[in-house]
Order: sequence, then C-alpha cells, then structure tokens
Amino acid sequence: MAISRTTFYFLLLTLFLAGFWITPVSAQGPTPTDDDVNRIAKQMYCPVCENTPLDVCPTEACRQWRDLIRTMLAEGKSEEEIKQYFVAQYGIRVLAEPPNRFATYLIPTVAILLGALLLFRGFQMWMKPTKTEVTAVDTEPKSIQDSYIARLEEEVKKQK
Amino acid sequence: MTETSIPAPRRGVPIWIQIIIWVVLVGFLVIVALQLQRAQQGTAQPGQVIDNFTLPLFSGHELNGKSEVRMADLRGKVVVINFWASWCKPCEQEAAELQQAWMEYEPTGQVVFLGVDYVDTEPEARVYLKKFGITYPNGPDLATRISQYFRIKGVPETYFIDQAGVLQYVQIGPFSSVEQIRTQIDALLKQRD
Repeated sequence: MAISRTTFYFLLLTLFLAGFWITPVSAQGPTPTDDDVNRIAKQMYCPVCENTPLDVCPTEACRQWRDLIRTMLAEGKSEEEIKQYFVAQYGIRVLAEPPNRFATYLIPTVAILLGALLLFRGFQMWMKPTKTEVTAVDTEPKSIQDSYIARLEEEVKKQK
Repeated sequence: MTETSIPAPRRGVPIWIQIIIWVVLVGFLVIVALQLQRAQQGTAQPGQVIDNFTLPLFSGHELNGKSEVRMADLRGKVVVINFWASWCKPCEQEAAELQQAWMEYEPTGQVVFLGVDYVDTEPEARVYLKKFGITYPNGPDLATRISQYFRIKGVPETYFIDQAGVLQYVQIGPFSSVEQIRTQIDALLKQRD
C-alpha cells in the first residue's frame, strides 16, 4: 500500500517527537542511578582494596560490587538488606562503620570514663599540698644540758 | 639545740590505680604484639594440620550431590584448595590447567579439588566458571573465613593437603603448566603408598 509524501513526513515527525517523549520516561524507570548506588557504596569497603571506599574504588572487584548493589536496588531491596547481604557474604569488615551494637559503643565509653577517672584521681593526689618539712627541735634532756653548762663554768673558773 | 628536717611521707598514686594502669598497658602491648605476629606470619605453612571448615557450594558445582563440603569428611584424600576470583586476571592463566588436572584425577577418587571464590559476586563467578568449563566443586568464601584461616595474601593461591589433613605445599600465584600440579599431587599420592 502506497502512502503519500505528506503522510510519510507526518509519520516521520511523529516518530521523531515520540523519541523526545520516551527518553525522559525511560530515565525515570526502575534502574537505580549512580547516586543511589554510591549512597550505599560509600558506606562500604572492599577487603581487596583496603582504605578505599567502594564508591570511588577503581578496581574490577569493586565495580562488580557496585553492579551487585545496583541489581539489588532494582530488585527492590532496601539499603539495610543490601548491607546485611554484603556482611553475610564478605564479613563485617566491609562496613565503614560498625553496626549499632551495644558493645561497640559500651567498651570505648567505659574505657574513656575509666581513664578519665584515673587521671582525675591521679591529678587530685598530685595537686594536694603535702607537709614538706616538719621542723623538729632536738629535745635533749635539760638535766644533761645543765650538767654540761655546769662543767663548762667549772672549767672556766679553773682557768682563771 | 639542733634543728633537723624530717621528710613527711609523700602521698602518691594508690597502688591499685598503679596496678590497673600497668595491667592495661601490658594488655595493650600484648594485643599489638599478637597482631604484629599474625601480620608477619604470612600464609599457612606446610606442616600445619588444617582444621575442619565448611565450604558451601554453588549449585551445579556440588560434590557428590552435597551442597556443602566439610574438610573433615575429606580425610584420606588429597585435597587441592584453589583460591580464585572472577576479577583476578592471573587466575584465568591457570583455570584451564586446574580443570585438566581435575579431569585426570577425578576418576581415581583419591583427589578432591575445591575452588574457593574469594570476595566475588555470584553472577560474575558463574560466568567465569562457565567460561573456563570448570566442573570441580566450587563455592563462595562466606565472610572470608576460609581465606582468613589460610591467611592468603591474594589470588590465585593453591594449597595441597595430604590424606592426613596436613598442609604439604603452597603455590602462590598461577600454575604455568598441568605438570606443575601433577608433580605435587603425585608426590602426595606416593607418600601414602
């Protein structure tokens, strides 16, 4: 079936405009954005490349991990579920911050408080004025002194 | 009459505080020393008896239909444990050699190969296994427990364990030939005869 030139251009224009219409719709689809992935990735570290957060690590292993995060987000997994999965798979050391466990914060808090208490007690004792010197008078018995003076006077008299 | 100075007893830090400070300091030093010792130990050394561990296996890569393998169940066999990852390029160099060696020794029933997938994602790992046609039991190193036990420094690394569960040889880096793998396995098989 032959179509007129006008119809052909009309169809072409329609397809062209439809392209503009579809593009923004597909960008809002279920595929998570890089920002979505990096929001979770920056909270994790890969054991292969220590000290480099997952969101900026350039290695192949980390790229795979980011892809996995993207897949899990697309599947509708929550941030917490994804982190739990990574901990189960690769160990707790993948987390940039330890999970909110009682012991995680209790031990450092107790250690700091104990240290502060020890320092306080130590300073308190070191700062306390101490009795540095006690002056004592040699309390020689008076009778001994008297006899000594008597003998001395006697000797002086003899000299005269 | 004379004057003398008698120093008064000076009050210091109580003995119990001193003891606590010393105990804490010594404890801290012991922890640091143990960590340093562990860091300098390197990988597991030949002669070490390998403790029991469990490796979950990928579906399609089970051992005798079981979805996990316990090291203790493999006593009496030579065990070759290969640490690998799909992102590891040197691992690809030895993949074909390992598979070929497995094909040779599997029928004997005296040797078991175990692939331990280190810090990897399952989809990529499956692609790797398929790409190199690997059929021996393989599974993920969950929470990196097995690699931490062997104190691996990277991948690939391969550990040869004899029939008594004693580590006999460690290969750091990829194998360059099947012959290299055969040499180690045959030595362990002969050891028993």
